[in-house]
Amino acid sequence: MSTEFAVELRDVVKKFVTPEGHELNAVDHVTMQIKNGEFFSMLGSSGCGKTTSLRMIAGFEWPSEGEVYIEGKAMGHTPPFQRKVNTVFQSYALFQHMTIFQNVAFGLEMEGVKEDEIKKRVGRALEMVQLSGMERRKPRQLSGGQQQRVALARSLVKTPSVLLLDEPLGALDLKLRKEMQLELKSLQQQLGITFIYVTHDQEEALTMSDRIAVMSKGKVQQMGTPVEIYERPANKFVADFIGESNFLEGKLKSISGNEAVVFVPILNAEVTGMPMAKDLVNGSDVTVAIRPEKIRVVENQSGAGVFKAKVGTSVYIGSDTHLYFDLNGTRLKVMEQNRISSLDPSTFYVKDEEVLFTFPPENTLILKKD
Amino acid sequence: MNPHRRSPLVKIAAFLVYFFLYAPIVILVLYSFNASRVNVKFEGFIPNFSDTIEMDGSIVKASPCGPFHWYCDLAKNDDVIDAASNTLTIALTSTIIATIIGTMAALALQRYDFKIKPFSQLSLYIPIVIPEIVMGIGILSLFSQLFGWLNSALDLSGDARLSLGMATVTVSHIAFMVPFVTLVVQARLQGFDKSFEEAAMDLGANEWITFRRVTFPMILPGVLSGALLAFTLSLDDFVITFFTNGPGSTTLPIYVYGLLRRIVTPQVNALSTVWILIVFTAVVALQWIQSREQKPTAHS
Repeated sequence: MSTEFAVELRDVVKKFVTPEGHELNAVDHVTMQIKNGEFFSMLGSSGCGKTTSLRMIAGFEWPSEGEVYIEGKAMGHTPPFQRKVNTVFQSYALFQHMTIFQNVAFGLEMEGVKEDEIKKRVGRALEMVQLSGMERRKPRQLSGGQQQRVALARSLVKTPSVLLLDEPLGALDLKLRKEMQLELKSLQQQLGITFIYVTHDQEEALTMSDRIAVMSKGKVQQMGTPVEIYERPANKFVADFIGESNFLEGKLKSISGNEAVVFVPILNAEVTGMPMAKDLVNGSDVTVAIRPEKIRVVENQSGAGVFKAKVGTSVYIGSDTHLYFDLNGTRLKVMEQNRISSLDPSTFYVKDEEVLFTFPPENTLILKKD
Repeated sequence: MNPHRRSPLVKIAAFLVYFFLYAPIVILVLYSFNASRVNVKFEGFIPNFSDTIEMDGSIVKASPCGPFHWYCDLAKNDDVIDAASNTLTIALTSTIIATIIGTMAALALQRYDFKIKPFSQLSLYIPIVIPEIVMGIGILSLFSQLFGWLNSALDLSGDARLSLGMATVTVSHIAFMVPFVTLVVQARLQGFDKSFEEAAMDLGANEWITFRRVTFPMILPGVLSGALLAFTLSLDDFVITFFTNGPGSTTLPIYVYGLLRRIVTPQVNALSTVWILIVFTAVVALQWIQSREQKPTAHS
């Protein structure tokens, strides 16, 4: 039976009992469909249920309710060693008492692959992760990055239909992590294997994924492409978790199609924006979300859509300047690219000076207040 | 005042500690080469074979073993050989069985939750904190009750009667060794990440292969140190063995005790020296295993 989905979670619940004796849904009615050949990320902070979801796909945990399907087959209580998925662990979990060769060969040995075939395939796998010549070393003789590659080779050598990755780059330093992100992505495209990637790093998820599931408190908050998730967050949580957002309180005046008009008391003005929920009702309280980089500082302009604020602090971070405006007591974050080279950028913005800013309505999102 | 400056008292204390620790051993070893038959005064080393010596008032030809006279004497003593072989048989058998039980217990306590788990964990400390003599009396009472009951129930008589012997000593050794093995293996398991086992299963190994190829080799240093500890405890044990041994199951400590009650010859010293060497070797091996175990891994 061929199916479009490599992995499917249908209404999966995983209950845990806390040490205090309360029952807790670590994964709370999650439904996900992961397509063949897709790079799919589960993104969320610790305790959001992403790792538990991944472990249920791998077979280390069984759902309390619902069902996990791999290539269309219900997994039930199938043990990990009978599932056609492989996992790269956060801790790498390399077998310390075995050499690199033995580590990578382990999975093939379990399949009963012949010795010369094992040799060939291990060699190719190590070549793929650029570790040829390291066969006889022990894991602890390698650097963190190299160990990470061994873990990758050990899983990929089995040519799984789905590779599960649990924060595999978490232990690496920033520079190496960035390199590995691109490498993983190109490896995935080259091999055409479905990757399910768990991370708490939004940048990592945005960089690599075809689709992302943003999770919180055991629930999927939003599922979509990186652009969808960033530009059209479904709710305040996603808008806040992915990137940064300024949130202003308002009351919905009117709504028609892709346009919603909201009165924002703090601006003492009406703002137009894109409604992000279907069940918004006129007169209800809403939240207006504006990304810091979508706000523009203007000069000598007036009229509708131009607002006044006071400069609070400005932080120079090299490529950008982060500005914090004081909007009648509310802090507004604005990001500006440093397009002009200057040795003293602080002269541009002086504390307590008045500034004018504007933001285009198509970049303003109207979210349900929660 | 420099807080790191050491008081001379520290040196004196250290000297006293090492003195009382090692001086008895040195003297014990020294006396095993004593030219006198009586073990109270050192009368010089036994001279070589070619010399004739005066020993206890009579002129005798020196031993063919030279200074190792008492060791040769020992080797000719069948009782000692028997006691040594009993000791080793008991120690080896009980170590193997206690290591298997202790390791399984440690694994079970680490990974499963069961109702009597706190009780099981606590029980581990009982044989360690309970005075050995109490445990010895307890085991003896248990065996005599049990055997009395079984002998009459099964109508055994004569040689067929169940009685104290090698088996009872071995069983009671296993009983006090298991907690030591379990605690040592538990310590090793504390840092054992279950993702190693998950990785093995993920790569296609079932539970048994995972244990054989991954879990066991990784906890092996802990198991070995537990086993060595148990082995040395069994070699040394006097109190429990004293209560549970019977005819034909005399161990070295029991034998030495018997000798001491009659006359202390340098033979006892020779025996003790050999014994110290064996136990010392085991302890060094244990230390070596533990130091290997503690080597840091690159990513942790």
